[in-house]
Amino acid sequence: MAADTREPSVFQRFMVSELAHNWRRSASAIAGTVIIISFIVLVTAGPYLTAQNPYDVRQLDIMEAFKPPVWLEGGTAQYLLGTDQQGRDVWASIVYGSRISLFIGLVAMLGSVLIGATLGLIAGYYGGKLDAIIMRIADIQLSFPSVLIALFLMSAFGTGVDKVLIALISVGWVVYARTVRGATLREKSREYVQAARVSGLPNSKIIFKHVLPNVLTPLIVIATIQVGTFILIEASLSFLGVGVPITQPSLGLLIKNGFDVLFSGLWWISVFPGLFIMLIVFGINLLGDFLRDELNPRLK
Amino acid sequence: MFGYLIKRFIQMIFVLWIVSVLVFVMMSFTGDPTYMMVPLDATDEQIEQARRILGLDQSHLVQYWRFLGNLLQGDFGRSFVFRQPALQLIMERLPATLEIVVLAMIMALTLAIPLGVYAGAYPQRAGSRALMAGSLVGISLPGFWLGMVLIFIFAVKLQIFPSSGRGPTTVIWGIRTSLTSWEGFKHLILPAITLSVGTLAILMRIIRAEMMEVLRQDYVKFARAKGAANRVVLFKHGLKNALIPLITVFGLMLGDLIAFATLTETIFAWPGIGKLLVDSIYSGDRTVIVVYLMFVAFLFVMVNFLVDVAYALIDPRIKVA
Repeated sequence: MAADTREPSVFQRFMVSELAHNWRRSASAIAGTVIIISFIVLVTAGPYLTAQNPYDVRQLDIMEAFKPPVWLEGGTAQYLLGTDQQGRDVWASIVYGSRISLFIGLVAMLGSVLIGATLGLIAGYYGGKLDAIIMRIADIQLSFPSVLIALFLMSAFGTGVDKVLIALISVGWVVYARTVRGATLREKSREYVQAARVSGLPNSKIIFKHVLPNVLTPLIVIATIQVGTFILIEASLSFLGVGVPITQPSLGLLIKNGFDVLFSGLWWISVFPGLFIMLIVFGINLLGDFLRDELNPRLK
Repeated sequence: MFGYLIKRFIQMIFVLWIVSVLVFVMMSFTGDPTYMMVPLDATDEQIEQARRILGLDQSHLVQYWRFLGNLLQGDFGRSFVFRQPALQLIMERLPATLEIVVLAMIMALTLAIPLGVYAGAYPQRAGSRALMAGSLVGISLPGFWLGMVLIFIFAVKLQIFPSSGRGPTTVIWGIRTSLTSWEGFKHLILPAITLSVGTLAILMRIIRAEMMEVLRQDYVKFARAKGAANRVVLFKHGLKNALIPLITVFGLMLGDLIAFATLTETIFAWPGIGKLLVDSIYSGDRTVIVVYLMFVAFLFVMVNFLVDVAYALIDPRIKVA
């Protein structure tokens, strides 16, 4: 049999790696991955999974309001998880709301990584005054809870998806800046960086081509878990009414809408969106925990 | 030690100064507060006059300078809505917040310590795995939503606990408290549970990790070899050393509790500083927002300072100079 001489693809190399091997043996890692993938399917195929577009007013019927979930008396199979004050299907609201929650979590994470890692590289590589300033800001910010800073920023900005993103990135960059700075300081003294310097490469090239790939691994764990944290913070802000606008309701805003009628016993309008937040963040944390154990060389 | 204290003190002042600048800058983004103060039918001239009296016609630098001067003189301004000094408003509501924060902290600690020790000492047992999964759920759920679920179960359905408000209070040593009567305490239970769950979950995970680390040390092996009882090894040799790093997260935990108290207080209509902040954001009461932030910043900075000092005193391995 002729030997396969092709280079293995990235995917093939990943599948035979230790990480993939351990992943297959970890029930919680698999569970986390399944939850995350289900959510990604849910939000991408969303409109095809629901009979109703909850934000198309023509499809809403006020006569269908306050229907309980299907398994309770008065529930119908048309609305599996019941309907809200305006006859909106709770399941459809959750599918559309998950889109906004997940979008905000992911984009805010990417923005934080981009800004935080860049600042961390600059601070670690160049040192000096710039380093001192960036790290001082980071220190001060870390002594305050993220939710409070985000809440304060939103109270100044007003509601809006873009503003929520700015607020989240403003609190999210710090942890990357610190981690990357530390790793950069360590890598800077290594021979390969010295060699690149001596051979006359420009600093920008050394930073992005040589240092950056070697400081990325610890960021993977932080970034994974941060998506979950951001989803929770966004939900809190929206619940307080200073997050996303009413026209783009995230899961947190759905909970807020249900809170007003909770005391009349209409629990399903707020309880199900909360369960979905819990499920997605739980999935993300399961995977994040697994990655932390795997990628942290100290524990091996 | 004295030099260290001085250095940390100067850092504290510096941090507070930065916070005052940031708060001022952010607040000047939110627009002109003159419109909050004048009647709706005020003429342009009257508005202009009000702006002059308030000093809002001057440059931002001059305004900041006056803001800082007022802060240093203890003048924190008056609330537009309550027509009261803002600091007084916060001080009146602080005991209510501290009540749920402290109770939540106590509940979290009393549960997290035994559970964390157990999960750290026997990480392979089914019970420990269940605890770890449970704590991950505790971290993953939105706290305010949990509060709503508790309200629905215990207040709306079972009607064991009240759903909102603070209930009867009495004044002891000038502090208003609801801890003196059963009725008052009943109002406190659901908010405190809501607030404590996240902290409980995080604390348990930290204690477990620290216990696993400590139990690997030689002195623990030695204690076992000399025949010390399991209970003694776990709590005297293990827990005592595992708790030291916990002091460093105390400041962060307190900060988180105060931050999440804004949500818990909003849900339970609990009249603390968190609800005051949220209400002030709704009504655009800038003075109260600013004073809340400066006050909380002062609180955090103080707590972090005390934590650092305590840590240096407790752990002799840390050299301060």
